[in-house]
Amino acid sequence: MRADWSMVIGLEVHCELKTATKLFCGCPNLFGDEPNTNVCPNCLGLPGSLPVLNQRAVELAMAIGTALHCDIRPSTFHRKNYFYPDQAKDYQISQYDEPLNVDGHLDLPDGFRVGIERAHMEEDTGKTTHAGTSGRIHGADYSLVDYNRSGVPLVEIVSRPDMRTADQARAYVTELRAILVASGASDGKMEEGSMRVDANVSVRPGPDDPFGTRCEIKNLNSVRSLGRAIEFEAERQIALLESGERVVQQTRHWDEGAGRTQALRSKEDAYDYRYFLEPDLVPLVPDAEWIRAVADTLGMMPAERRARLTALLDEAGGATGSQLLQVATVVELRLDDLVVEAVAAGVPSVLALARTANEAATDVDAARALDPKSYVELLTLEANGSLSATQAKAVLAELFVLGGGDPAVIARDKGFEAMSEDSLVATVGEAVTANPDEWARFCEGDDKLAGFFTMLVMKATRGQANGKAVAAELRRLRG
Amino acid sequence: MTGPRPALETAAMVRAGEEQAVDVLEHHLAVIEAGEESVHAFNLVTVDLARAQARAVDATVAAGGDPGPLAGVPVALKDNMCTRGVPTTCSSRILDGWRPPYDATVVTRLTEAGALLIGKTNMDEFAMGSSTESSAFGTTRNPHDTTRVPGGSSGGSAAAVAAGFAPLAIGSDTGGSIRQPAALCGVVGMKPTYGTVSRYGLVAFASSLDQIGPFATSVADAALLFDVIGGHDPLDSTSLNRPTPRVLSVLDDGVDGMTVGVLAELLEGAAPDVVERVSQAAEALAAAGARVEEVSVPEVTLGLSAYYLIAPGEASSNLARYDGVRYGLRVDAEDTVAMNTATRSEGFGPEVKRRIMLGTYVLSAGYMDAYYNQALRVRTRIIEGFDAAYTRCDVLLGPTAPTTAFAIGAKVDDPLAMYLSDVCTIPSNLAGHPAISVPFGPGADGLPVGVQVLGPALSEGTLFRVATVIESAAPLLAAPRITTGTRA
Repeated sequence: MRADWSMVIGLEVHCELKTATKLFCGCPNLFGDEPNTNVCPNCLGLPGSLPVLNQRAVELAMAIGTALHCDIRPSTFHRKNYFYPDQAKDYQISQYDEPLNVDGHLDLPDGFRVGIERAHMEEDTGKTTHAGTSGRIHGADYSLVDYNRSGVPLVEIVSRPDMRTADQARAYVTELRAILVASGASDGKMEEGSMRVDANVSVRPGPDDPFGTRCEIKNLNSVRSLGRAIEFEAERQIALLESGERVVQQTRHWDEGAGRTQALRSKEDAYDYRYFLEPDLVPLVPDAEWIRAVADTLGMMPAERRARLTALLDEAGGATGSQLLQVATVVELRLDDLVVEAVAAGVPSVLALARTANEAATDVDAARALDPKSYVELLTLEANGSLSATQAKAVLAELFVLGGGDPAVIARDKGFEAMSEDSLVATVGEAVTANPDEWARFCEGDDKLAGFFTMLVMKATRGQANGKAVAAELRRLRG
Repeated sequence: MTGPRPALETAAMVRAGEEQAVDVLEHHLAVIEAGEESVHAFNLVTVDLARAQARAVDATVAAGGDPGPLAGVPVALKDNMCTRGVPTTCSSRILDGWRPPYDATVVTRLTEAGALLIGKTNMDEFAMGSSTESSAFGTTRNPHDTTRVPGGSSGGSAAAVAAGFAPLAIGSDTGGSIRQPAALCGVVGMKPTYGTVSRYGLVAFASSLDQIGPFATSVADAALLFDVIGGHDPLDSTSLNRPTPRVLSVLDDGVDGMTVGVLAELLEGAAPDVVERVSQAAEALAAAGARVEEVSVPEVTLGLSAYYLIAPGEASSNLARYDGVRYGLRVDAEDTVAMNTATRSEGFGPEVKRRIMLGTYVLSAGYMDAYYNQALRVRTRIIEGFDAAYTRCDVLLGPTAPTTAFAIGAKVDDPLAMYLSDVCTIPSNLAGHPAISVPFGPGADGLPVGVQVLGPALSEGTLFRVATVIESAAPLLAAPRITTGTRA
């Protein structure tokens, strides 16, 4: 975006809660089954049906609120009235002016804090499929509605308009997804629609000017789409303003294929939802004990997990930039417990982190399924020089294939014996003799050549040499 | 049988094996056969269902079991309560062809108590009305004079009990829809405390006001029925999770030492013969040992206005689901919105449309605070007014309806006059309080007059005690003869 303009972004994220049953009835919360099989009088909106609030959904919503540092407050449900075929009652039960969670925040990995205005509960609608060429309701030959999704519990998380770049928006959604998954509230699958993001975007000439008129962008199905849509929308608004036109407040649809946003409806033809207190439900007033119980069961959040690993690196002399990236990767893949256990068993933190971020991360499912003891044992063998890095990687790959096992036994079966010191000294000596020019430069202080010699030794020993031992021998020879 | 036999007695005889449920049923089916054409109390007489239930009751008794407190007693059900596989119409064309896949909780409880579900009764469309004239299926006629309305909206249930079609009936009361027709038809009708009878399976009109309650020919029979249908239901979030008062066991405890307040504001608009009957009922209570005094709760005069903002507001939302998409009537058109519009235009009658429009208006942006929210504030005031009165009085007394039954057609073109029929009953709905209407002799025109006893939340036991005393002092009311225009 052009430097003389500033962007303001607020995000609304809908997340489906991972409950066994729907928000107001006992139907299975399983979308994707045979259409209209997980339905009952309630989620079909049949006459005479009444909602009964799912306590587990409330607990997951409170878990989200707790993870986002919100105040959890007495709340009420309202009816949001509008006609649509996939809306079984032609109103949606949602929280309005008294939401469950308010005034929280989310810290991005770089420390930037995004305010959370609210995180409230509501029910999902059914899903309409329009048959015909357009795929939209206009011009459809007919439409089919699947009510399996009707009544699925949602939490809508509304950020404050605190973000200023598309990167921050991407980081926010990535971090929020990690929090939702870590709290057990949602599977956070954006592509499958269990997490849906709407972006409010406006621009202004400078960072201290009043907010401009915003547009809301819908249909953002990935973090990548989110970033592209925000960038496009900001440019569109800037172009309008620079040509003397004004931005009209409207809802816009992101067209991923065309790479542009298109107007859906403007504020003038917005619905009047006629919100009023849902008379079929009573206020939701979680007591302090319940709130505490939910907080107590909440696992460690991604930020804490990152801090835990960073602290281990700090003990070893501080983290480099690439190590911080490894920390982020390991936490995002939820493999960080492996690192912590390995370090506790005496494996150097740098090694534990590197193996986990680089090797374990190549097969996350296998890594999660592996008995952590085997993993720690393997890293211990590498750390004490019994296995070279190359051998350790090979053993790990085998552990993944087998789904577990004793690393020492696998190493022996593969013929990975630690090289005797004599043999190592001899091999290093041969490499030095064969490359007198390089050796001379190394002796003059060109340390990069240590890698050259190590590589030669590794080649000669087919990876059986311990890299550290090679380096030590090179230094010894140099004197 | 000569005259209606109490349900209590019928149930006792069936439970004891002294009478067969199938015989009780056939007797009532014969009465229906003879009188239904004149009265039109039912949208549907569920002959096969009732016969099957009667046989099951008799089989239980024959096997030495107890079918329950309503064994073999026919019960008529207002046609806004869901019955599995049996059409449930709300007397509206919009539900054309719909058969609920489930039973309302009240239906389940009746069935489990051994009752025979004899039919679905006519009503004002979606319970919106005070005469059953807004039914899409024709007007129910008052068994005491078939040129008169039975009241409404539960007019079919009231008429069914008055005509002897069933000893008991179930109605729903949103603004007086049990008590007013009970008064006009000369039977007992009671609206329980909000939350004591489950609304699960009751097709909603105004959810915060709707409450299911009993009709019977006597206070004792109404008590029997209330005890069966009341009680907590986890399927209704507004159902009170606390012991529901049991009333049958306290009926004869009398009123000695009670304070009865005659509610001045309810007398103001009432006809002189109705006011006279209320005075006589008060005297009877005084004679039985109650202290009687006049009480004023000025806030109740605001009830009618508040009700006609709150009830339509909720109704406009509750009735949105009748859109032609999933069930009931569908009138096809070129797109979804046109189909919704055509379906609703054809499916709803004028009174329902009027209230949907009114309700949509009072909830809309810019008007909500002036109308709907203001009405909620008035509602709070009414509750406070009642609370003040109940610091001094155990119950309040007044007429149930301002007049006796009016002529069919007299008010159909004047909605406001029709709305005024409920002026005495609406305050209890707004407060969520219980109230009971007890027949108390004929008015000047020979038609039934109802006296209403109002009490605070969960005072059902007290109400039934007071009602029993009033009933015992009631002047004789001629039994209906189901003929046209022979009264007065």
